[in-house]
Amino acid sequence: MLIYLIAAPVVGGLLAGWDRRISARMQSRRGPPIFQPFYDVRKLWQKQSIVVRRSQNFYILFFLLLVIFTGALFFAGSDLLLVIFALTLAAIFFVLGAYKASSPYSFIGAERELILMMAYEPMILLTAIGMYMVTKSFYVHDIASHATLLVLALPGVFLGFLYTLEIKFRKSPFDLSSSHHAHQELVRGITTEFSGRALALIEIAHWYENVFLLGWVYLFFASSPLLGVAVSLLVFVLVILTDNVFARLKWQTALRSAWVVAAVLGFGNILVLSLLR
Amino acid sequence: MTLVLALILVPIGAGLMLGCVRLDTLRKVVVGAVTLAVFCGTLALAARPTPVDSGVVPFNHHWLNLGMLLVEIGMGLYVIVVGVRSRRPLIVALMLAQGGLMLWFELTQGPRLEAAHDLFVDNFSLIMALINGVVGGGICLYALGYMREYHEVAHRDVPDRRPLFFALLFIFMGAMFGLVFANNLMWLFLFWEITTLCSFLLIGYTQTPEARRNALRALVMNLAGGLAFALAIVWFHDNADSIELQTLITSKQSLALVPAALLCFAGITKSAQLPFSSWLLGAMVAPTPVSALLHSSTMVKAGVYLVLRMAPAVTGTTVGLMVALVGGVTFVIGSMAAITTSEAKRVLAWSTVANLGLIVLCGGIGTGEAVWAGMLLIVFHAVAKCLLFLCVGVVEHKLHSRDIEAMSGLIVNLPRVAVMMLVGMAGMFLAPFGMLISKWAVLKAVVDASPLLSVFIVFGSSATLFFWVKWMGKLLEVVEPQRRIEEKLALGESIALYGLSAATFLACLFFPLISSRFIEPYVLSVYGQTASLGQGNLLIMTIMMIFVLLFPLSFVWYGRGVKVVDAYLGGANVRGGVGFTGSAGQVQEVNLHNYYFRGLLDEAGLCRCGVIGCSIVLAVMAAAALV
Repeated sequence: MLIYLIAAPVVGGLLAGWDRRISARMQSRRGPPIFQPFYDVRKLWQKQSIVVRRSQNFYILFFLLLVIFTGALFFAGSDLLLVIFALTLAAIFFVLGAYKASSPYSFIGAERELILMMAYEPMILLTAIGMYMVTKSFYVHDIASHATLLVLALPGVFLGFLYTLEIKFRKSPFDLSSSHHAHQELVRGITTEFSGRALALIEIAHWYENVFLLGWVYLFFASSPLLGVAVSLLVFVLVILTDNVFARLKWQTALRSAWVVAAVLGFGNILVLSLLR
Repeated sequence: MTLVLALILVPIGAGLMLGCVRLDTLRKVVVGAVTLAVFCGTLALAARPTPVDSGVVPFNHHWLNLGMLLVEIGMGLYVIVVGVRSRRPLIVALMLAQGGLMLWFELTQGPRLEAAHDLFVDNFSLIMALINGVVGGGICLYALGYMREYHEVAHRDVPDRRPLFFALLFIFMGAMFGLVFANNLMWLFLFWEITTLCSFLLIGYTQTPEARRNALRALVMNLAGGLAFALAIVWFHDNADSIELQTLITSKQSLALVPAALLCFAGITKSAQLPFSSWLLGAMVAPTPVSALLHSSTMVKAGVYLVLRMAPAVTGTTVGLMVALVGGVTFVIGSMAAITTSEAKRVLAWSTVANLGLIVLCGGIGTGEAVWAGMLLIVFHAVAKCLLFLCVGVVEHKLHSRDIEAMSGLIVNLPRVAVMMLVGMAGMFLAPFGMLISKWAVLKAVVDASPLLSVFIVFGSSATLFFWVKWMGKLLEVVEPQRRIEEKLALGESIALYGLSAATFLACLFFPLISSRFIEPYVLSVYGQTASLGQGNLLIMTIMMIFVLLFPLSFVWYGRGVKVVDAYLGGANVRGGVGFTGSAGQVQEVNLHNYYFRGLLDEAGLCRCGVIGCSIVLAVMAAAALV
């Protein structure tokens, strides 16, 4: 857990650096140096704090704290459901901060972020339930020390989880709430009115979050650690690939498709498991 | 024993007295005194070691039964008159069927209808009594100030019938106490019918055509439940020769299944599950204290109380599965319907329907773990939902609107009420507050018992998240320069609002105590084993609670070290950021509006699906019980 607290931002930052490098290569560009995200955050930290509403940055601080808390719970081996609830609480602070900023662009970003949360929540819960059905425990340390490869029993859940991972990484085709590239109708969406340190905190929170999510991917392959790490990295590359290949979806399509995936792949997998029992 | 009797009779007596009090000051004194007495009474009862020894009622049984029969006949005749006057043959038919059945039953079996214990107090009834006394008492206090403003400022056109209103409020409360303490099914039935009648009268309080129509609808649906209840009593007495609730729960499943199914049906009608949810939504026409009372401490809670009581009798059967399905479907449909509406009370109503669905789901599954989770839900839901209703009531009087869109910037307009509302909403769905703990417990119970039912919970709860957060966001965002509205609250209103806000927090902090003192002993006594959250998890919840409590502290730095600018609007800002000059040189107003998914979901369509689906499920349940 301590390792996570210290190492996660480093790993997360490096991943973000790689992300920009790989994306650039896919677009036939050279891309920035691998440490660019760290430079960005350092620069942001030195900027003046500009806000629209005086309390908006407090929400961001608690967003970061709760994301760190979520990851710490996960890597400390706690109850998976509790981890999900902590993650939800964190995300809600983020959304409320954007509402508080009271600008049309951050408002629409907040609404869309909520829609995305609504889209991924069922699948994430079903993932936890699926893991429980195989290992008989919601505790991460029990799941991690399970003897068999979870993915063999939970192929549908795994695929569904990958689908929601795209949403959680805020990548195309699901970068509805805050795109990395400014779009006319969205500007920067949920982060439009955050600047300086608040934006730096959001970046760091995303690093923590990404490491935690890849940790969850690893859980599917936990009985063979090397494979797990390899698949996690592969998943990361896959997410970058889809980001570059797909255009943005409308929110209706995003929501519908995520629920259909959860119902068919996630629930279908659980249905089969409970029939086999 | 005397205490239990006093809890039932004092509110009813006070209610009858309040019916003749026209003087506002005297009413205040009486309401305050009775509420305080009931509050202390329930606390005193809760402090006793349980189960409280339920002695014999110190009245002559013969006369008591005769008195009750007369009350029942009186109520029956009144309902028939109502049915004839409003030309609703269904009401007359249902009442005649149910009244005739009970009359025949009492006349033929009269002397044999003896119960060893007419009343009993166990931990479950204690919990319900606490909710009724504390939350219900708070509502009565709140109603004092609210109803004055209602008649003198907001709704001058409505005839002032406050004596009747307060009389009904207290009779309702007394009947609810009777309902949770009754062991004799005949008594339980009497109190059940009193709550039905009181709710009918309260919903129709304003006497507008809409109120009358909705009140009649509530009456029809609850009478259908009452008929099922009467059938259950007759059937059970016929087969088991007993009219005791405790006997019913502990008898063999083959003997108890049919009456348990009938009682579950009665519970489903009373707790407004689909296909009967329309009566609770219609009940929104009544003044806010009525909605709060129906939604949080009485009425619907009576329904889920009965379903949870029946849980041991239906667990593992097809009937139980069908009850669980009704609850599950209602949870999903209710949560989605709450997304589509922007009327605050309607959102609350749908959310109540949905959460009750979750409790019914627990009752239908009926394992110890599920019942434990269901009881937690009852407690936390009562407190938080009551708080929300009372807040919406205040806001409605101050803003003259109950549209959520009109509540934009409430945190500046009415800061105290807005904060209390945020506490209430957080209490309804956020970690680490009570409702979320309970939902978590439900999820675990469901996964253990029948994992497939968990699909209802995962989809329903993500919809819940959406409509609560967007409402919270609406309260927080501030677009225009807002003027502060004077936030004067009557004494009773303040007591109720502050008390309930504190209770929302305290219920979470003392959640382990509530669980170990009341809920676990009950589950242990019924199932022989009990459930609880692990010690480590409690620690984590506490840490999360500390996070949430620390958040307001960050406002110490409010406005320090930041530069305030206008929001980015994609054009040149004018008038302090409430408008901007658009591309054609026109000034555009900024207008923020939440998503309601009107193109994607449709309230009426959802309802239709739910009604049809749940009716089929109920039909299967009836078939399963009889075969």
